[in-house]
Amino acid sequence: MTDVRRRDVLLALLALLLLWQLVAALAQIPLLPPPSLVVTTFVREVPRGLGRHALASLYRVVASIALAVLAAAPLGLALGQSVRLNRLAAPFIYLLYPIPKVALAPIVLLLLGVGELPKIVLIFLILFFQILVLVRDSAAAIRPELVLSVRSLGAGRRALFRFVYLPASLPAVLTAIRQSIGTAVALLYVAELFATRWGLGYYIYLNGSTLFNYPAMYAGVLAMSLLGLGLYFAVDALEQRLCRWQAPSPR
Amino acid sequence: MLEACGLHFAYAGRPPLFVEFSWSVAAGETWAVLGPSGCGKSTLLMLAAGLLRPQQGDVRVAGATLHRPRPRTGLILQEYGLLPWATVRQNVALGLDIRRFYGPDGRHAPQDERLEDHAARVDYWLERLGIAPLADAYPAQLSGGERQRTAIARTLALNPDLLLMDEPFSSLDAPTREALQILTLTLCREQQLTVILVTHALEEAAFVGQRILLLGRPPHHVPCIIEAPHPHEAAYRHTPAYQALCAELRERLEAEECS
Repeated sequence: MTDVRRRDVLLALLALLLLWQLVAALAQIPLLPPPSLVVTTFVREVPRGLGRHALASLYRVVASIALAVLAAAPLGLALGQSVRLNRLAAPFIYLLYPIPKVALAPIVLLLLGVGELPKIVLIFLILFFQILVLVRDSAAAIRPELVLSVRSLGAGRRALFRFVYLPASLPAVLTAIRQSIGTAVALLYVAELFATRWGLGYYIYLNGSTLFNYPAMYAGVLAMSLLGLGLYFAVDALEQRLCRWQAPSPR
Repeated sequence: MLEACGLHFAYAGRPPLFVEFSWSVAAGETWAVLGPSGCGKSTLLMLAAGLLRPQQGDVRVAGATLHRPRPRTGLILQEYGLLPWATVRQNVALGLDIRRFYGPDGRHAPQDERLEDHAARVDYWLERLGIAPLADAYPAQLSGGERQRTAIARTLALNPDLLLMDEPFSSLDAPTREALQILTLTLCREQQLTVILVTHALEEAAFVGQRILLLGRPPHHVPCIIEAPHPHEAAYRHTPAYQALCAELRERLEAEECS
């Protein structure tokens, strides 16, 4: 995604909208309203509730990503630095990583009740393992020569963490976040089907399956896509700022 | 400057590399440690740097027994010592940043460390190593020689009194290597550094070492030392004394006389 130019993305978006408009005009069914109608509905609905639904969803995604990074990155760093710790943890990660945690949604909801917590925990559970594995592998890939020479400059454990392990794992953290955004947004839809009256997942389900208001449903889908895209761009911008060294220009 | 007394060292599950090994380096001397790969010469350097601990005996540097890396010992490795995500300037400043991070605590940084002149020291050493124009480049954008210049600048910026080098020039082409050898030795003499350079190349040992420690097949017991006082000038490579020294080193290595 880093080498995809924003202008090209916008052009592709325009092309897709055009195609959609064409198909909708040919089909003429309520299930497929034309994008012009969806966009006007979107614009009309944002101040009348859709905006608040989107904010609720944004909060849940960002909170779960932030919690997952805060929990998984330090643990990944520790596992990557210590062969012994990793030997202990690796079999557990191996077993737990592939469990489809979405399927656990009813259990999480039963255990943690209504409110924000179960939704955030559900997304957190999935992101946690993705970030953990990527950060662990990046920390383990740091060359021993690098650690030795930085130690010889006087660095103890704290300075090694600050000057070597933290910056070395930053690209992995950002990659993990970017990979997780798609999953997180998809999960959001599932998580927001249960016990809430705010969130894009709820909004889409309500309009699509209860009210049969298809333009509004599509407006919700549009909002969810924009949410994902916005997060993508935000992570891209962060990566370009923080990891300039990764794309060295050949001399 | 450095005394190793009765060193005993073996990696876990391997035969010992050093048994009752004693060796001493006086302040201001320039040493080369020469031997084939696997002979334990890098291990000796790690012991001198305080990055490895002997199982018996001790290493004393500047009169104090080593328990951990010492702030005034500089170490330069063959490769991969630079932070790939930091520019040349940031890499050169790394040691000073670490000292600032801890403050002058006497353990990670000398107690008399002056934090305020760090930027000037970085500029000075960038200039001296000829890498000032590359200050904003990243290591991946540099040639091997430029990377080693960065590593040397980073180490000298810490005002070391003992400089340990492990094959610092081995991955460089011959002209770059010879130019950098002379520059490094000139700077070390200016700073009155004690130098220990580990190498597998006997030409390098012959050119750099005023005294040469020869390591043959381990375990090492009594150090085998060759005295070779000479000027550090390019012309020395063309003298009969240099040729004779190279021949002697080759002969001794082949005969494993020092094992």
